Amino acid sequence: MPTDSTPLVVADNLTISSAAGVALVKNISFTLGRERVALVGESGSGKSLTARSLMGLLSPALHLQASTLSVAGENALTLSESRWSQLRGSRLAMVMQDPKYALNPMRTIGWQVAEPLKLHARLSRAEIKEKVCEMLDAVGLPQPAQLMQRYPHQLSGGMGQRVMLAIALIADPQFLIADEPTSALDHAMRDQVLALIRRLVEQRNMGLLLISHDLQQVSEHCERVMVMYQGNILDTLPAANLPQATHPYTRTLWSCRPSKATQGKPLPTLDRAALEAYREHD
Amino acid sequence: MTQNLTDLELAAPRRRRRPRVTSLAIGGTLVAILLLAALFAPLLAPFDPNAQIISARLLPPSSAHWLGTDGFGRDLLSRVIYGSRPTLLLVSLILLLTIPVGMLVGICAGYLGGWTERVLMRITDIFLSLPNLVIALALVAMLGPGLLNGALALALTSWPPFARQARAETLALRRSDYLAAARMQGINGLRLMFGHILPLCLPSAVVRAALSLGGIILSAAGLGFLGMGVQPPTAEWGSMVAEGSKVIFDQWWVAAAPGGAILFASLAFNLTGDGLRDRLDTRNAN
Amino acid sequence: MARFTAEAGSARLFWLRGGRLATGLVSLAVTLLGLLAFTFTLSHLSPVDPVLQIAGDHASESTYAQVRSELGLDQPLLMQFWHYLTHLAHGDLGISRLTNSPVASDLLRTFPATIELATCSMIFGAFFGIVLALVAAWKPGSLVDNLARLVSLLGYSVPVFWLGLLGLLLFYAVLHWSAGPGRLDDIWIYTLEPKTGLVLIDSWLSGDPEMFRNAVAHLWLPVVVLGLLAMAGITRLLRAALLEESSKEYVTLARAKGASRGRILLLHVFPNVRGTLITVLALSYATLLEGSVLTETVFAWPGVGRYMTTALFASDTPAILGSTLLIGGCFILLNALADALTYLTDPRTR
Repeated sequence: MPTDSTPLVVADNLTISSAAGVALVKNISFTLGRERVALVGESGSGKSLTARSLMGLLSPALHLQASTLSVAGENALTLSESRWSQLRGSRLAMVMQDPKYALNPMRTIGWQVAEPLKLHARLSRAEIKEKVCEMLDAVGLPQPAQLMQRYPHQLSGGMGQRVMLAIALIADPQFLIADEPTSALDHAMRDQVLALIRRLVEQRNMGLLLISHDLQQVSEHCERVMVMYQGNILDTLPAANLPQATHPYTRTLWSCRPSKATQGKPLPTLDRAALEAYREHD
Repeated sequence: MTQNLTDLELAAPRRRRRPRVTSLAIGGTLVAILLLAALFAPLLAPFDPNAQIISARLLPPSSAHWLGTDGFGRDLLSRVIYGSRPTLLLVSLILLLTIPVGMLVGICAGYLGGWTERVLMRITDIFLSLPNLVIALALVAMLGPGLLNGALALALTSWPPFARQARAETLALRRSDYLAAARMQGINGLRLMFGHILPLCLPSAVVRAALSLGGIILSAAGLGFLGMGVQPPTAEWGSMVAEGSKVIFDQWWVAAAPGGAILFASLAFNLTGDGLRDRLDTRNAN
Repeated sequence: MARFTAEAGSARLFWLRGGRLATGLVSLAVTLLGLLAFTFTLSHLSPVDPVLQIAGDHASESTYAQVRSELGLDQPLLMQFWHYLTHLAHGDLGISRLTNSPVASDLLRTFPATIELATCSMIFGAFFGIVLALVAAWKPGSLVDNLARLVSLLGYSVPVFWLGLLGLLLFYAVLHWSAGPGRLDDIWIYTLEPKTGLVLIDSWLSGDPEMFRNAVAHLWLPVVVLGLLAMAGITRLLRAALLEESSKEYVTLARAKGASRGRILLLHVFPNVRGTLITVLALSYATLLEGSVLTETVFAWPGVGRYMTTALFASDTPAILGSTLLIGGCFILLNALADALTYLTDPRTR
């Protein structure tokens, strides 16, 4: 596939406010291409909302405004619901946090993984079945033919997350949004799943937006990092530069990771007053 | 089964926009009208509800008699207004009986656990599986018709939903930090149950009550329709419809008016119940 | 659904999967026993003294005592209850004082009529109720949704006997579209061979098209009146269930796949409310059976409901209690059936 340099997502002055007028995401701007970008922040920083807005999945109670919001080459501000339905799954895809809740408890795995193909591709039943098996295999799940007949409650967390990945990638999208994909998994699984996401995204030359609150995880698997705090993007830097970050918030997040070096010592905490003062200067 | 449905009734669907005129507002207004009609019946009713004027029998609605007159020449509007009294009285009696009993059973079951809980819940389930109206009819048939017996009969099958709900809430509260803190202060047993758990269970009990009142009014009217409620000549909507059914084809207003009142009352409480549930749920969700 | 299964789980902590059916049956038996205890207690509250009824008002003390012991009333209550149960097991519900025939055979005669009315109304109400709930949940807040909510609220609040009376007034007296109260016109009522007790089937089997048409003309109005009531309840509860399910995470994921709202509602959400749907349908049917006491009076429909109300007016205790047992028993069985079906059709419990 030739390298496409046109950005997949362009957001300019993106603001998301609640029905009462409170701004939850304040005037952020960013560009995403075929690269692996992480969006990091505490809970309530607005990262999930930003991600949802890129797929048109914001709750109708929230109000979206932007001078530009271009997603997969389309103007996301004026898209009709039917056009969104065409884009979602085929050009944009999402992996969510907890497979226990994100997978339909009443449908077999096979049915759920096949659905994007049924919606976006014109294939015969046999072809669909073949592709589903292929995809389940590609995400590292054993015995795909039997797995297709199972139900979500019969799977472990790690397996469920791989199924979600299969659902997201089966229709060959250009861009994947992973909303805290490993938060519901145990530690051993996290690295495996993230490595899998990274591998598949690289193989298919896709763009990735990884939402996380774990800076460590992000630094290992992503190329670029955007740091959000209370609705603003405070810092954008290459992942390799995280240890040398200049912004006080980023520095604190980075240095408060527990490790062998910090064993026995109190971890640094964020001086929010200083942070507010710093922001006021900006 | 009915257990599951009573839980579902309390789940308010997510509303997209806040509608300007809420169910609670409309329902509350209707209930207020009902209460005012009952309280101020002597002032509002143009005629004596029991005054029989044989020469004015079965007159259609007119400026003199807004809803017409019945087979005994009694003004229907006055009878409908006065008819709100036995209905509201019955409903109040039923609430007075069911809420305390239901909550007592539920809280005890949830708090004490073990065999007490199993036995109490089994009894609750038995009464929950019984049909309201039929059991009430059978009971009233044995004890004799009347307001008190009717209330007792309907209350007998109306308390289980309160018990189930109180138990569920008590179980959830048992694990809460709030109760743990109280227990650490040495508050235990009865004082804990009634001083701490009970007030927390009250709001949803109120919502449950409002939601079930509409159905209770219909059952009470059904009792009256079959002659098992308040006895004539007292104006009661159900028995008025029964009287009107004899002349329905020629003098339709005799049955239409009191039936409309029943609809009004039931609608009022159903709307209020819906509105309260939505308010309570959004507060919980937030 | 999680809420329901959690609720069920907390009450059934001790049950193993294998023994669940057995425990369910035990639970059913206990509930039925409770109902029987209730009717037994009621029979002892009867204002009419059964001894005097047989021995007469002027019976001497010895005659009174003799009749009393014959009736078994001098034995301890538990023994009497046991006799009651054994009589019941043999199908003996006592003799109706009004019809002078065994209550059991009276009930057998009248039950098909009630079943016929309830079933036809159920089909009508279920079909329109499900459709209306789906349409309403498809676009919450829209005009259609608000209309659906209004219709179901009204249907939920209206007294059925009043609606029936007004229906008769409009469609029978004024428009003549309905053939009015009763199951058949008098001309046919004595020529009908009661093979199944269901007038639609019997009149079809008789081969007389006029008779069948007449049966339909009588049946349609009560079916629509009752059906509207069933529809109201079904729409109300099903819509609430659909909307609650629609706020779950898997619906967001389905949207992220590019599925349309309609597809999501039908293929994703609807299968998940299966448990609620079964419960709602069973409860509607039970409510229709219970409401038969009112509707059959209005439409002069010769079912159990009308049998019971006639018995009420005549203080015919055995008939009253027998009908209570039948309707109460059906109610309990439908409850249990709904529970069982919900459990059996859930893939999570296989």
